[in-house]
Amino acid sequence: MKNLKYLVLGVLFGLILTKSEVVSWWRIQEMFRFQSFHMYGVIGSAILVGLISIQLIKRNRLKTINGEEIKIADKQYTHGTWIGGILFGLGWAITGACPGPMFAQLGSGVAGAAVMLLAALAGTWTYSALREKLPH
Amino acid sequence: MLELLRQPWPWYVAGPLIGLTVPALLLAGNKALGISSSLRHICAACLPAGIPFLQYNWRKEVWNLWFVLGIGLGGFIGYRVLGHPDTIAISTETVRDLKAQMGLTDFSGLLPKELFALENLTNWKGWVFLVLGGFLVGFGTRYAGGCTSGHAISGLSNLQWVSLVAVIGFFVGGLLMTWVFYPLLF
Repeated sequence: MKNLKYLVLGVLFGLILTKSEVVSWWRIQEMFRFQSFHMYGVIGSAILVGLISIQLIKRNRLKTINGEEIKIADKQYTHGTWIGGILFGLGWAITGACPGPMFAQLGSGVAGAAVMLLAALAGTWTYSALREKLPH
Repeated sequence: MLELLRQPWPWYVAGPLIGLTVPALLLAGNKALGISSSLRHICAACLPAGIPFLQYNWRKEVWNLWFVLGIGLGGFIGYRVLGHPDTIAISTETVRDLKAQMGLTDFSGLLPKELFALENLTNWKGWVFLVLGGFLVGFGTRYAGGCTSGHAISGLSNLQWVSLVAVIGFFVGGLLMTWVFYPLLF
C-alpha cells in the first residue's frame, strides 16, 4: 500500500507535536505573550533543520526512494498571503491550534477539537465559495 | 526509556525532528509538508457544490489525508498510550496573567476546559473559541495558501519570501488577538 509510509510519517509527526506540547493552547498563549522560549525553540530549530536538509537534497540532487527527481514548487504571492495570514493568526491565538494540532488533539480525546475542525472545514469551504470575490 | 518518552519532550528534541519531516516527505515521494490542504481535499471530496476551487482530482492528493489521519493516531499514542502529565508546565508569568486577565482557574489538560468544553456552546465563549476560532483558521489558512507547517516550516525551510510574509501575518494576527482583542473580551 503506497500510502502507508505517509500514515507512518503522520503518526510520528503527531507524536512529536503532542509530546512537545505544541498542540497545547497554553503553549501558544505563552508564545504570543513572549513568556517562554519553548515554541520559538521548536519552530526555529525545525526551520533550521529543514533548511539544511533541503540544501543537502538540492546540492546532492537526491532522488526520491522511487528514483524521481525531487521538485519543490515555489509559493506564489497574492494579497491573500498577508490578509489570510492575519486572519489565520487571529484564529491561531483563539484556538491555540493550527490544523495539525487540531487533528492531534482530536486523537488525544479533546472533544472540542471535533467542533474546531468542523468550523475550520466550514472556513475553508467558505473561502473556496467566495474566492473570486476576495482581493488576491 | 519509556519513562523518558512519557515526559514532555524539550524543544531541542522536538524541533529538529519536526524539521526532518520536511526531507522525509520529499524523499518518500516528492511531497511538501503541509497540513491545511487536507481541509480543502475534505471539502472537495464531501461538498464540492459546484465551486470551481473545489473541482479538482482530490484523489491524487489522498496521501495528505493519510498523513493527517496519522497525526490523529500520533496524538492518541502520545497522550493516551504513552501518557502525558495532566498539567502543562507553562511559565508562572503566563499562569499569573491568564488568571488575572481571563479569570481562568483550571490549568489541567491540553487546553482550558473553561473555554473549550462542549457545554460552552450554550454561551458566547464556546462560539468564539470553538467555532469562530476554528473558522478563522480554516478560512485564513487557505486564503494565505498555507498554515504553520506549509508556510513556517516548509516554506521558510525552502527560503520562500512569500512564506515569510505569511508568517509575519500569522504573528500580527496572533499578537492582535492576545494583546488587543482578549482584553476587550474579558
